[in-house]
Amino acid sequence: MAFDLFLLPFLTGLALAVLLPLLGCYLRLRQQWLAALAYAQMAAAGALTAAVVALPALLGGLLAASLAGLLRPLSARRLSGMAGDVLLLLAGWAASVLLVAHWPQAERLGHSLFDGQLYFAGERELGLALMALLLALLWLYRGHRGLLLAQLWPDLQRLRGQALWPSQVGFDVLVALCLAVATLGLGVMAVFALAFIPPWLAFRRQRNWRQALGYAVLLAVLAYGLAFALALSLDLPFGPVLALLLVIGAVFIA
Amino acid sequence: MSAPLLQLQAAVLGWQQPCCGPLNLTLGRGEVLGLVGPNGAGKSTLLAALAGRARIFSGVLKVAPGATIVLQTQNPPPLEGLPLSGRDLLALTEASAQGLPDWLAGRLDERLDQLSGGQRHFLALWAILQSAGDLVLLDEPTNHLDAAGVAYLAAHLRERVALGAGLLLVSHDSDFVAMVCDRVLHLEAFDGL
Repeated sequence: MAFDLFLLPFLTGLALAVLLPLLGCYLRLRQQWLAALAYAQMAAAGALTAAVVALPALLGGLLAASLAGLLRPLSARRLSGMAGDVLLLLAGWAASVLLVAHWPQAERLGHSLFDGQLYFAGERELGLALMALLLALLWLYRGHRGLLLAQLWPDLQRLRGQALWPSQVGFDVLVALCLAVATLGLGVMAVFALAFIPPWLAFRRQRNWRQALGYAVLLAVLAYGLAFALALSLDLPFGPVLALLLVIGAVFIA
Repeated sequence: MSAPLLQLQAAVLGWQQPCCGPLNLTLGRGEVLGLVGPNGAGKSTLLAALAGRARIFSGVLKVAPGATIVLQTQNPPPLEGLPLSGRDLLALTEASAQGLPDWLAGRLDERLDQLSGGQRHFLALWAILQSAGDLVLLDEPTNHLDAAGVAYLAAHLRERVALGAGLLLVSHDSDFVAMVCDRVLHLEAFDGL
């Protein structure tokens, strides 16, 4: 009975636990790791805005995140370092807090976005998570070399006449959309923890790119499975349990 | 005689403003042309113009139709902190490991940030040199290399051009330029138009 009840939420989270560290590795490669938190926060703000105006939260989250994904590469030309990510992050956080403070319908959704509402995931959420995972896997399968080349030898793609947009704006929009789906399932900080900590550890310890991707996914899936069981058995909110387990694991491993 | 791989006729190049030229040169297949001159003469700007980053203000810069270009810049690829092995690096540019010196061939599975600066530089250079390209542009390739690395590179460059590539080399290392170049072009400091 309990198995049936929690199978869909478990599978939804599992798909996201594979997706997020993979994207996180490429974000880290591009020195964009803070963008994961910025996109998640913007997705939350978009979902809350949608709730206030009686639109589907998912639609609002996807729109706000994809807008951020389009704007970020443009702002990166004018803003140095991670300044663009910080601005997006602060804007998303401020908007979220203000919405939650003034509208009851936003307050209810706000709690689930920050705590994580994975246990309420159903077929629709699982379908979205699998679609996001499939899209990201296809994109990375075809474009992973371009993403690495753009970082290491930025001139080479241009000299070979290859399209630059997939490794510039295209990747940002892909990440933003995937993070919006993940944020509505896992909550803001759990998404950030999965996109940041496993890749960070993998980058420290692994000797080649393939190993790093595998190691990051393995760590994320292990932490996710343990967090799911712990939070369920102890009746705790899922997001903070996952984040705490990843932090403890990170301190132990690093 | 086949058309030159690269031809410049009274080309004035620069960034926001012109900073070098007018330049005239030709480079054919199987040839190594060295570019030397003081800092600010526009040697690296010429390579950047070929890469599409710097502007051509006037004159002609022509690359043979269908010719592919590869470029090694002075700035090494940012490899610090990345989980990349030498094999990863070569795979990215589809470069072969065959012919690598013994002191590197055995270390291809190690993380690049655990190699010495010279080894890393040589491997990055090799990844560019061995990738498919008709026109090879090298900017200060001997930076960070020891004497053995420089000698190995010189021999390899000659092998590369013998296979039909044209090579444009920017370097302050006069011994290296004398060792590998068929012709040398001295650029003067730009004094305006």
